[in-house]
Amino acid sequence: MPHKEQPDFQDLLARGQEGDRRAIGRMISRVEASGVADHVMMQQLWAHIGRARVVGITGPPGAGKSTMTDRMVKYWRKKDYRVGVIAVDPSSPFTGGAILGDRVRMNDLALDTGVYIRSMSTRGQLGGLSLACSGAVSVLDACGYDPILIETVGVGQSEVAVMNVADLVLVVSVPGLGDDIQAIKAGILEIGDVFAVNKADLPGADRTARELHIMLSMNPELSADLPPILMLSAEQNKGVEELCESVEERFSLMQNSQELIMRRNRRLEKELMAYIQNRLYKQVLSPALANDSFESNVEAFRTNKRNPYTWAENILKQIQIEGSTP
Amino acid sequence: MADKKIRILIAKPGLDGHDRGAKVIARTLRDAGYEVIYTGLRQSPEQIVAAAISEDVDAIGISVLSGAHGYLFPRIIELLKEQNATDILLFGGGIIPDDDIPALKEAGVAEIFTPGAPLADITNFLSSRYAS
Ligand code: B12
Ligand SMILES: Nc1nc2c(ncn2[C@@H]2O[C@H](COP(=O)(O)OP(=O)(O)OP(=O)(O)O)[C@@H](O)[C@H]2O)c(=O)[nH]1
Ligand SMILES: [Mg+2]
Repeated sequence: MPHKEQPDFQDLLARGQEGDRRAIGRMISRVEASGVADHVMMQQLWAHIGRARVVGITGPPGAGKSTMTDRMVKYWRKKDYRVGVIAVDPSSPFTGGAILGDRVRMNDLALDTGVYIRSMSTRGQLGGLSLACSGAVSVLDACGYDPILIETVGVGQSEVAVMNVADLVLVVSVPGLGDDIQAIKAGILEIGDVFAVNKADLPGADRTARELHIMLSMNPELSADLPPILMLSAEQNKGVEELCESVEERFSLMQNSQELIMRRNRRLEKELMAYIQNRLYKQVLSPALANDSFESNVEAFRTNKRNPYTWAENILKQIQIEGSTP
Repeated sequence: MADKKIRILIAKPGLDGHDRGAKVIARTLRDAGYEVIYTGLRQSPEQIVAAAISEDVDAIGISVLSGAHGYLFPRIIELLKEQNATDILLFGGGIIPDDDIPALKEAGVAEIFTPGAPLADITNFLSSRYAS
């Protein structure tokens, strides 16, 4: 018999599929504890996933991502979808602790049993998401949530990890960030499928939208098919419907053009590679490094008693990778 | 690899707007390595418990300076019982007269910290609960 505190995953999944938010919370905690959904969990989830439309919401700090998420959830709730939200905030690089504050903007969703919200810390990961994010998406997908919205940490320019988890990326900008949209540069611009200029109630939103348009037009890969740019005021709940419709429309386009399948295949490949690497590291490389650690050699490297590359080769030899580099 | 992190929900139930204490506690706990889910002001006990369950937290900490502690703490305990979630610890602080504290503990509140309580007492209380 499974211990009371540790019901098995199968059990939790069955309960989660009936909408038990406690069971879902537990499953996601398990995913977080190991960093990724392990093979036992994934084997059980796999048959149930692939239905959810996964939307990533990214943009600079304070752009209104959480407020938008709240409003978008309400739009889909009106259409009777069960909606999942994963909201990521950064962890402190010093203590590993975190303050996860996105729920402050979503408080009136707490009692809606058709909504599941999970706050996650990056747990030291760069790129704007946590490692466990993709496993958490699988859990919510398997429990019938669709769509699933992922709010990334407030990003600068290179935090593009969300594209490895979401089907579609919504990039949020706001007026007043400076002349050349300082806060959303190349990396972020390239991953956007839909662009939103939030806080359109403030002056300068038209100009931000124009600048975005110009920047997107300069990308030759997009010239034929510029992503939509929508203005909204999440706070005043204006333009939210149009934004959600635009997201839905993009999804149908991607479905018809096979783009969705291609993206998911790419993601699956990445996920599996990360999974293999993780296990390789834990089970093969870690023990070898424990025998002959980097730390125990630093002094020898510094004083030229041992060549660092000889050490590296020695580690590889221990895990039976020898010879010239491929 | 990542391991089990202690997650704590910090909330301000009821209508009072004194959120300084709650914010100080949230920061203190973050700096002590906890994952704090901060839900902000004006939460009903129902919202707090629903959020705590979805977030799979280990503990709920509430801050009450309004004088309504005699209702809010026991109500949250009651809801946790209804949800079969009494493994979630409830603690808190604020303007709470010493005379009221025994009754709250009797109801199931793990600990209460009043103004002037050293922050180290709060982190010590948690680390003694969650020592690995
Ligand atoms: C600052 C303050 C305000 C500020 C609040 C600013 C803010 N955003 O927080 C302002 C000016 C807005 C304000 C307004 C009012 N206030 Co005022 N305010 C205070 C004051 C002077 C200090 C509170 C404070 O911030 N302390 C600093 C923080 C860090 O301390 P703390 O919250 O107590 O937290 C410590 C512990 O209690 C504990 N703790 C607290 N919460 C938690 C949670 C957890 C999980 C844990 C572990 C520990 C913990 O740990 C902390 C560190 O030691 C107190 C008097 C006092 N000396 O306490 C009155 C006081 C709280 N206010 C009071 C009143 C009456 C009001 C008003 C109704 C006044 C009015 N008539 O307009 C309004 C109501 C506002 C509202 N919307 O609710 C009364 C409450 C009386 C009561 N409970 O019976 C007090 C006690 C003053 C008094 N003696 O009459 N107030
Ligand atoms: N004027 C205006 N303010 C808004 C709008 N949407 C959000 N805000 C405000 O912007 C601030 C930040 O909003 P959040 O939703 O927390 O922003 P965020 O992008 O989630 O922030 P982080 O998660 O911290 O990066 C809050 O004070 C909101 O009230 C809007 O449409 N117009
Ligand atoms: Mg946010």
